[in-house]
Amino acid sequence: MKPFRYERADEVPAAVATLLREPEAAYLAGGTNLVDLMRLEVTTPEVLIDVRRLTSDRIEELPDGGLRIGAAVTGSDLAADPRVRRRYPALSQALLSGASGQLRNLATTGGNLLQRTRCPYFQNVTTPCNKRLPGSGCSAVEGYQRDMAILGASPACVATHPSDMAVALDALDAVVTVVGPDAERRIPLTELYRLPDATPDRDTVLERGELITGVELPPPHSAARSRYRKVRDRASYAFALVSVAAALEVTGGAVRDVAIALGGVAHKPWRATTAEAVLRGAPATRESFVDAAAAELAAARPLPGNAFKVPLARNTMVSTLLELLEEAR
Amino acid sequence: MSDVTARPRAIGIPMDRIDGVQKVTGTATYAYEWPLDQPVYLYPVQSTIASGRVTGVDSALAEAEPGVLAVLSHLNAPTLTRPEDPELAVLQSDEVAWRGQFIGAVVAESLETARRAAGLVRVGYESRPPDVVLRADRDDLYSPVHAAVFGTGGGELQDGSPADSVLGDVDTALAASPTMVDATYSTPMYHNNPMEPHTAVVTWLDGELIVRCSTQGASMSQALISGVLGLEPGRVRVISPHVGGAFGSKVYPHSYAVLAAMAARMVRRPVKFSLTRQQMFALVGYRPASIQRIRLAAGRDGRLTALSHEVIEQTAKAKGYAEQVGVCSRMMYAAPHRRTTHRLAPLDVPVPTIMRAPGEAQGMYALESAMDEMALACGLDPVEFRIRNEPEVHPESGLPFSSRRLTDCLREGARRAGWDHRDPVPRSRREGRWLVGTGVAASTYPSPRFPGNAATIRLAPDGHYTVRIAAADLGTGTWTALTQIAADALSVPVGQVEMRIGDTALPAASVAGFSAGINSWGTAIWEAADRLRARLQAEHGGIAPPEGLEVTAELPGGNPDAERYAMHSFGAQFAEVRVDEDTGEVRVTRLLGMFDVGRVINPKTARSQLIGGMTQGISMALYEHSVLDPRFGHVVNQDFAQYHIASAADVHSVEAHWLDEPDPYTNPMGAKGLGEVGITGTAAAIANAVHHATGVRIRELPITLDKLVS
Repeated sequence: MKPFRYERADEVPAAVATLLREPEAAYLAGGTNLVDLMRLEVTTPEVLIDVRRLTSDRIEELPDGGLRIGAAVTGSDLAADPRVRRRYPALSQALLSGASGQLRNLATTGGNLLQRTRCPYFQNVTTPCNKRLPGSGCSAVEGYQRDMAILGASPACVATHPSDMAVALDALDAVVTVVGPDAERRIPLTELYRLPDATPDRDTVLERGELITGVELPPPHSAARSRYRKVRDRASYAFALVSVAAALEVTGGAVRDVAIALGGVAHKPWRATTAEAVLRGAPATRESFVDAAAAELAAARPLPGNAFKVPLARNTMVSTLLELLEEAR
Repeated sequence: MSDVTARPRAIGIPMDRIDGVQKVTGTATYAYEWPLDQPVYLYPVQSTIASGRVTGVDSALAEAEPGVLAVLSHLNAPTLTRPEDPELAVLQSDEVAWRGQFIGAVVAESLETARRAAGLVRVGYESRPPDVVLRADRDDLYSPVHAAVFGTGGGELQDGSPADSVLGDVDTALAASPTMVDATYSTPMYHNNPMEPHTAVVTWLDGELIVRCSTQGASMSQALISGVLGLEPGRVRVISPHVGGAFGSKVYPHSYAVLAAMAARMVRRPVKFSLTRQQMFALVGYRPASIQRIRLAAGRDGRLTALSHEVIEQTAKAKGYAEQVGVCSRMMYAAPHRRTTHRLAPLDVPVPTIMRAPGEAQGMYALESAMDEMALACGLDPVEFRIRNEPEVHPESGLPFSSRRLTDCLREGARRAGWDHRDPVPRSRREGRWLVGTGVAASTYPSPRFPGNAATIRLAPDGHYTVRIAAADLGTGTWTALTQIAADALSVPVGQVEMRIGDTALPAASVAGFSAGINSWGTAIWEAADRLRARLQAEHGGIAPPEGLEVTAELPGGNPDAERYAMHSFGAQFAEVRVDEDTGEVRVTRLLGMFDVGRVINPKTARSQLIGGMTQGISMALYEHSVLDPRFGHVVNQDFAQYHIASAADVHSVEAHWLDEPDPYTNPMGAKGLGEVGITGTAAAIANAVHHATGVRIRELPITLDKLVS
């Protein structure tokens, strides 16, 4: 571990200013991922700027019936919030399916969104990785591929985004609020993350110095139900091989509205817009769900070591939608 | 019959661990926690190539870091006495035999400084392409040649068994058989991964080396470390009272203890060194991967006529470790024509080592899977099929078994597991999205007694006894069980007995391995107690003399009855699994084991040992898998986020029961080994249950969902 300085800012502008002034600085919130990466020397900041007390740790009602979640709200608090559990069950389920109780007590909402991939080559400084060291090559594309992406990957990077929470937020049309050097801006979660293309070292569209201050959830539709299903070999304490966050609204046997996001399959939470388009207005049946999943996964480009994720994602999408349909009855 | 029936009092009682309060209150001192005056810290430099040589070491940057005392490499390391075990030849040449091998170390005033400076050491290499892929069609497979360290068989496998065995004419019998199974099973690399990392805290004091470490065998570590350093054994003291798990990876001292000792000698300060989890994947051994072809032939009566078990296993070019994978097939079932073979694939990989039930863990997965396949092929219930092939005597040596109650384990286990209600048709039971199935497999593990044990018992004038032996408690309850044995052997309450273990200042003891601990140490203690009781009666009229009385029993040999009887523990395991039809996720909802382990010394710690082995068997079956990268030669998934072990949520009902009948010949207590039998057969029971649930036979561990999803 490289020696570093620790600083605590009193307000957001000061934190942003400090980060912009320092050539190698990082924001520290819960630290559950950042400190691991520093120990491994995957990242070696000279300064840590503690922002944990700068953003809200509260969940507040919005006038439109939605919720505003402060960036410092912990995973435990967010998962346990009665409003979240009642109105956005997929979000609570996603949080509880990830990490451990100890980690959720420490990890924050803002930090969760910005956690880095757990690609084993990214985390091992003795192997090439374009995300860690641009231009060094991708070890995973011809290496151990089991956890890698099947959608939206590039020859430069096949890593997957590890967050469960972000997949649920993606399906729930969340909006991230960000403060930067100039002004505050609002970024729909579907646009926060990048695909790797030729520059996989950049996970998100955030500019240098920008700090996530919160996440806003639009009001759920009264008739919509949501669910998060995470698939993995081990029943807990494992990242998703495939996960599905879905919300479904059915009227008169037809799909009135639907939102689907996939985890474990891409460099970002994968909003299944193709499947959604197939389903809107279609009969709410297994056949429709199978067609929609197939349409979405037509774009999949699996590697030999993760081809199983295509049928796995298809089956998990279909079974999650069927469970929501059953729930609606 | 054994002596214990005459005077059992403490044996058989589920006594709490005598070190339990210390452990749960955090006052049990583990090796790294030992308080030392002005210690320094070691952090290693590991090779980033898997094969080749070091061409240069630039340590200038590291040495310039404030607080750095020394940077070691092969260029300046002390010359060691050429060790018999090449793994211990630390920093003795520029050769690199595996990725992650020690090629240097930094010693500094703080661990953080040492770690930082180790990252600043610049190393030049001449690299060869690594060769790390185990395949059955390699052209460099060889028959094991190394003499075994353990066992008395004098064979080439590491337990002393010969590499090959042949009886009758297998090929002709296979060709003539109406029913045949010919299947190849594979098991991956597994890493032991005890909770406590491997640690050496080393002090030189007046020419004596004190090594506080975490070891399964203080006496063996003393012998190996003193040998490498060119010291008289008496000048090395190994202290290891508490061990936070080991699973075989702490039998040998490996290279870390030698590195720490070299460093302490160079800087003349006490050195502390504990491996990180990632380092443990390259430096302290693992269970080698195997490819096993099994061929079985049976007659129309469901009796085996031929059994062939051919093993190909991975080993290191650095050391030809050969595991006894197929040896279980030599004694489990009767068949007139039989053959077992072992061949090694030498790879540019870290040196393998013993891991819980070495050989039997992999071998019984393959054999008991094949037995399930054959039972189906014969149209017989798999419990009945095994009973039908039960041998009268050891099928190869012809020796009678000291005790063998496998049939009782199968019958009683089947009764408790509700086996009679089972519909044998695969894929016949469904509950919601889950396909439900059940499977059975047999378990076995040898019950050897090791030579080289001594125990001293001292009777104080106040009637208290102190028992001294350099045994090891790996967290399994040995300390408590030995106290119970000593109390019964002395015919006194346990409160009058104090047990001292884990220190080479005590009489020598064999390692805690091969399920031989209680058998070996307990026998030495029993013998010392018998002699003390005899002397006390004859010389002092049964009254403790004012100067006290001390007796030492030395047992240089093993069990003399081992020449007349085959000694093994047995068991039958019944698994119930659920497989998600959509995703292929497997959950083990019930695991029941019925064991024949002789007399149980302490039912509480014995149960923990057995369910611990069975739980590790769940992990072996479904999760654990060290992934070697063929280009770099390293284990890709080298931490607990990626190397998956069963979590609490994966372990549902796990029951261990036993028949509790003393074995007449294993030792005076009537006990058989139970540290390892619990993990044998578990993976097969689960794989057989997965087949019953889904109709899919998985012959490649672990059974991950990608092999089942469709």
